Amino acid sequence: MPKLHGARLMLTLRRWIQTLATFLSNAYWLFPFNRNIYQGNLKSICVPGLNCYSCPAATGACPLGALQNFMASLRPGIKADQHHFGLYVIGFLGLTGSLVGRMPCAWVCPFGFFQELMNKIPSPKFEIPKFATYVKYIFLALFIFILPFLVVDEFGYGITWFCQFVCPAGTLEAGIPMLVLKPELKGLIGLLFYNKLVILIVFLGWMVVSRRPFCRVACPLGAIYSLFNKHSVFRMSHDTEKCTRCQSCYQNCPMGVKIYEGANQHDCIRCLKCMQESCKFDAISYEMDGPDMATGKDRKASL
Amino acid sequence: MNANKKTPFGLIVLFLILLLLGINSGEVAVVLNKATKICLSCMGLG
Repeated sequence: MPKLHGARLMLTLRRWIQTLATFLSNAYWLFPFNRNIYQGNLKSICVPGLNCYSCPAATGACPLGALQNFMASLRPGIKADQHHFGLYVIGFLGLTGSLVGRMPCAWVCPFGFFQELMNKIPSPKFEIPKFATYVKYIFLALFIFILPFLVVDEFGYGITWFCQFVCPAGTLEAGIPMLVLKPELKGLIGLLFYNKLVILIVFLGWMVVSRRPFCRVACPLGAIYSLFNKHSVFRMSHDTEKCTRCQSCYQNCPMGVKIYEGANQHDCIRCLKCMQESCKFDAISYEMDGPDMATGKDRKASL
Repeated sequence: MNANKKTPFGLIVLFLILLLLGINSGEVAVVLNKATKICLSCMGLG
């Protein structure tokens, strides 16, 4: 009973934090009146989750959009003696990853939250093959770093490839709302927009039948954080002696991670559902910088 | 302190330095400048 109570508490807490983070990332509610995006100083701060900064309500900067812009303007910047390598964004993402790994995906990413809600729609569910979960690293390398830097116009400027050709969050949070707010933009709708609309529709359908497909297959931000999963201060821990491989953790995991095949895998987002809701054998715990902070007995006692 | 414990702190120091270097070189203003303009490419419009 104490564990069940604790599980419900944790789930409620996570939902509240996800909701709060979504509202804080999109707290500019004057946009219906002035028909424009927020342009205040808060936009200089990167948000830890995926949230398009052209969303009319967005109050912060999307780290992926910012990073691509740095890569796209790196060459002309160097020529003009302005050495902006995107260290501000890389430092922010690296610092966050070093502390908690992929935890922001589970707790503060609005698009991750949206996918979890979509997956609650009753439907047959399908698993995503493991090899597909490595595609996000191709998106990260190609669309965030290589193409924006290498494919440039006559002035040396690249484009934000992931934003322009892929990002369904941008279409959902910025493209569609801005077209409603600024009908004059409708004249710009072309093949590019339809391409992004198709990608959005594919992901919307996929979210219903699979667990967090965008996070697992395509999200470059999750790919960056995942590189830190094994070396962050906060890590998951799995006790192979207590584990019975009942697969309860896997069935409950929003990312389809089999923690019994290794703690801190690249898709583990540290939502703690496996520890709090699934495992009946206290085989899963978390650790901070080495020593166990919440192993079976202590965790039960504290809940 | 073993290597496993040292790694996260080494990473924290490294990325904190990068963050401060970025702030010091004026990248915060660059981010602000981009983020306050409507990004047509983000919407698939340009």
